[in-house]
Amino acid sequence: MKLLKVGMILIAIIAFSAFTSIENTGYKVGDIATDFTLENVDGKMVSLANYPEAKGFIVVFTCNTCPFSVAYEDRIIALNNKYASQGYPVIAIMPNSPTASPGDSMEAMKARAKAKGFTFPYLIDKGQKVYPEYGASKTPHVYVLQKVKKGNQVKYIGAIDDNYQHPDSVNQKYVENAVDALLEGKSIKETHTRAIGCTIKV
Amino acid sequence: MKYVLGTLFVCVLLFNCDKTKNENELTKVEQNDIQEKVELEVLDFNMLEPYLTKEDNQVYVINFWATWCAPCVKELPVFEKLHSNYKEKKVKVILVSLDFPKQYESKLIPFIKSNNLQSQILVLNDTDSNTWIPKVSEEWSGAIPSTLIYTKENRKFYEKSFNYSELETEVQQFLK
Repeated sequence: MKLLKVGMILIAIIAFSAFTSIENTGYKVGDIATDFTLENVDGKMVSLANYPEAKGFIVVFTCNTCPFSVAYEDRIIALNNKYASQGYPVIAIMPNSPTASPGDSMEAMKARAKAKGFTFPYLIDKGQKVYPEYGASKTPHVYVLQKVKKGNQVKYIGAIDDNYQHPDSVNQKYVENAVDALLEGKSIKETHTRAIGCTIKV
Repeated sequence: MKYVLGTLFVCVLLFNCDKTKNENELTKVEQNDIQEKVELEVLDFNMLEPYLTKEDNQVYVINFWATWCAPCVKELPVFEKLHSNYKEKKVKVILVSLDFPKQYESKLIPFIKSNNLQSQILVLNDTDSNTWIPKVSEEWSGAIPSTLIYTKENRKFYEKSFNYSELETEVQQFLK
């Protein structure tokens, strides 16, 4: 009977945790994002707290293997080149499990960062704890954060722009519009956009 | 409370069992058996929308996939099996490819041929996904694989992978 009780409790815990992980849909615009400490391709650990000068961050969940991520690599580099000096550096996080997606191993990430000349940290979400907290569901998936008194507040969630195929045919640069608005102290017109992306590999 | 726990327990069990199931591999056909030329039906969202809003007496199973999406490719046999088992039972499977135009010839057509796909295939080429994703479903974040199942009365959206028994169970709900 005692065993049965323990069993029931265990089941309840498992069931409850499975349930909550499904229910947890991550951050909404306005929420405070918690900091993290993740390994970069240079071997160093990186946290948002390492950037005392930053006004905020462009956090991009991306990876080596998704064609949408690859299509956006140059545009992610351009975002960092444009906004890091203005106080909004890019922090790229690779959320896939390298076991499920071997092309996204730390070694492969290092090679990709070197080949493309990434000018921003490219971190691995080892243990896959950070992406569910944000609520990222795919790559690429962007979160623009602004430093406020309480912490790093989520200001924009979604796509980089409205044309993954042709950078020259983009009509709406969603992330740039959001960061520009923050820099000018204006309100962001579109705080949430959607785009097709690769599901995160667990 | 006991009932709730019991239900959750069954859910957990089902969830764990599902992972161990292996789906049937797509039947590979000999290259020389294929005489047919594959003509792609490439649509923008306005052209696709009528396929998502039909009001006849069929159940429509619309799967969004791409050859570059590994979990999509893995679950395609499930949709092919559903197509072959239910085509006489008022269930229509449509596979909507989101492949990039530059890969239609090099990847998509060879993939359709070598896997001998039997379900109807449409190709969606519409870059303004922020506009059309919510029109497919408000629940869709944009990740694939994703599936829409609908009848004229009912519709449900799934941003997930399916195995055959899960998919069949869902379709059965719509056939009731």
